[in-house]
Amino acid sequence: MAKAKITFEDIAQTVNVPAGTRVIEVSEKIGAGIIYGCREGDCGTCMMHVQEGWNNLTVPSVLEEKVLKENMAGRHDRLACQAQILGDCSVKPA
Amino acid sequence: MNAEVDVMRHRDAVEFADGVFWIGALDPHLRSFDIILRSANGTSYNAYLVRGSTGAAIIDTVKERFSEEFFARLESEVDYRDIKAIVLNHLEPDHTGALPELMQRAPQAKLYISQRATSMLKALLKPSAGDFAYTTVNTGARVSLGDRTLRFLHTPFLHWPDTQCTYLEEAGVLFSGDVFGCHFCDKRLFNDCVGDFRFSFDYYYAHIMRPFKSHVMDALQMIEPLQLRQIAPAHGPILRERPRRYVTRYRELSTSNLADRLGNEERSLVIFYMSAYGNTARMAEEIAQGAGGVAGVRVSLYDLEGGEIDSFVDLIEEADALLFGSPTINGDAVKPVWDLLSSLAVVDLKGKLGGAFGSYGWSGEAVRMIEDRMRGLKLQIPQAGLRIKLIPTQDELEACRSYGRDVAAALSGDTDANRIIDFADLN
Ligand SMILES: Cc1cc2nc3c(=O)[nH]c(=O)nc-3n(C[C@H](O)[C@H](O)[C@H](O)COP(=O)(O)O)c2cc1C
Ligand code: FES
Ligand SMILES: [Fe+2]
Ligand SMILES: [Fe+2]
Repeated sequence: MAKAKITFEDIAQTVNVPAGTRVIEVSEKIGAGIIYGCREGDCGTCMMHVQEGWNNLTVPSVLEEKVLKENMAGRHDRLACQAQILGDCSVKPA
Repeated sequence: MNAEVDVMRHRDAVEFADGVFWIGALDPHLRSFDIILRSANGTSYNAYLVRGSTGAAIIDTVKERFSEEFFARLESEVDYRDIKAIVLNHLEPDHTGALPELMQRAPQAKLYISQRATSMLKALLKPSAGDFAYTTVNTGARVSLGDRTLRFLHTPFLHWPDTQCTYLEEAGVLFSGDVFGCHFCDKRLFNDCVGDFRFSFDYYYAHIMRPFKSHVMDALQMIEPLQLRQIAPAHGPILRERPRRYVTRYRELSTSNLADRLGNEERSLVIFYMSAYGNTARMAEEIAQGAGGVAGVRVSLYDLEGGEIDSFVDLIEEADALLFGSPTINGDAVKPVWDLLSSLAVVDLKGKLGGAFGSYGWSGEAVRMIEDRMRGLKLQIPQAGLRIKLIPTQDELEACRSYGRDVAAALSGDTDANRIIDFADLN
């Protein structure tokens, strides 16, 4: 299976994951600082900033775009409970 | 200005800065709040009114049951038609209970909330349905009331993701929401008149703000440079006399003491254990010895039997790694371990390492159960726990030292060399 590396900058930790893994699955296990609320892409609590590898995450759904907009997300902000990892990237809490 | 008031005796607004009024309610009978907090004399729900040359602003409301008192105080000073803005610093129901009614009475008023509050507002106003307009504001955004200006500071997680503070620039009043608040009910209203509320202030911090210390620090960065003449929180006394000392207190309470002592290089590993026959205690000592040999790791060893939960929680908050040792008794870990592990909601455990060990007689469930609980608390377990049957042999004692060394190495290692972990190993 294809592998990808995700780095959580706030705790300086990199994890090797199977491509397609959601950021939330890794971040919760490793204790990164991203905080979750609804866990289903509705509340915007889990907003994270993608430092590198913006294109290595799945494209946001219409719903995610909407929540990001409502929460006045910055350019490279995503919802960690929604975004899936496709290639190397590094993230931190927004 | 520092004359004593008694808001139990009337239902008028109380002016405490030019054109700035308290229009809240007292709840002297409340003894427990949000399940986790207690209060020995009740609380207050502080709402405020600010008058400007082109209209008035209402900042926060009260718990629904106290709406009548809130509206009475509001009406004593302002006509609903003159309300131009409603600001919600925090959407928890203790501050938004009277909101739906207020919106009906002042339909022209614009609603200002933080950007993180949108979905909460929708969920809160669900029952009253209908379309309602609101404006989301972020740090630095301003609302003008003519000769007065409200400026917003986004202070997430103090107490919910949505929280913000509102600063009245001309008067130097900070409407701080739950920040700097406390559950303390006193009809004399002002910090220089009320009873001794220092305990309540610290207690409120410990239960509401403490899990979010890094967010408190971020908020203080924004608050400290402000000209602060008065702080008007959403609960407890209005801080009009020397308001800055409460800001200083927050900084003190949020600053790590241990980092001062150990410096930034050294990591703290704390080992707690409980032992009936001394077997688990022997393991703990050897693990401590093994871990202590690793440079950059300071080890502390504690017998749970000899301490109090509160002070252990303090230790855990500042530790970088925690190990728990428990024998298996009737298929479970012992109660003092669970008592401590269920008292950690007030501290931030993110990024800490965890581990478990213990002696057992035949089934030995304790270690796995503790590990599972630690994972539930979002601790990372770098090393599978160590179980030893009854009395440890010389070889097993060596295994303990080696386990201690491994945990300590994981602790000192991943700070400088960003070690890559495999997802499959993150059980
Ligand atoms: C009341 C009692 C109940 C016990 N229940 C269990 C059990 O359910 N499973 C098990 O593996 N060991 C059980 N044990 C055995 C202890 O775990 C074992 O004696 C262990 O070595 C004690 O460690 P300590 O010296 O650190 O107290 C029990 C012991 C006692 C005294
Ligand atoms: S946790 Fe609510 S949107 Fe991700
Ligand atoms: Fe609150
Ligand atoms: Fe509150």
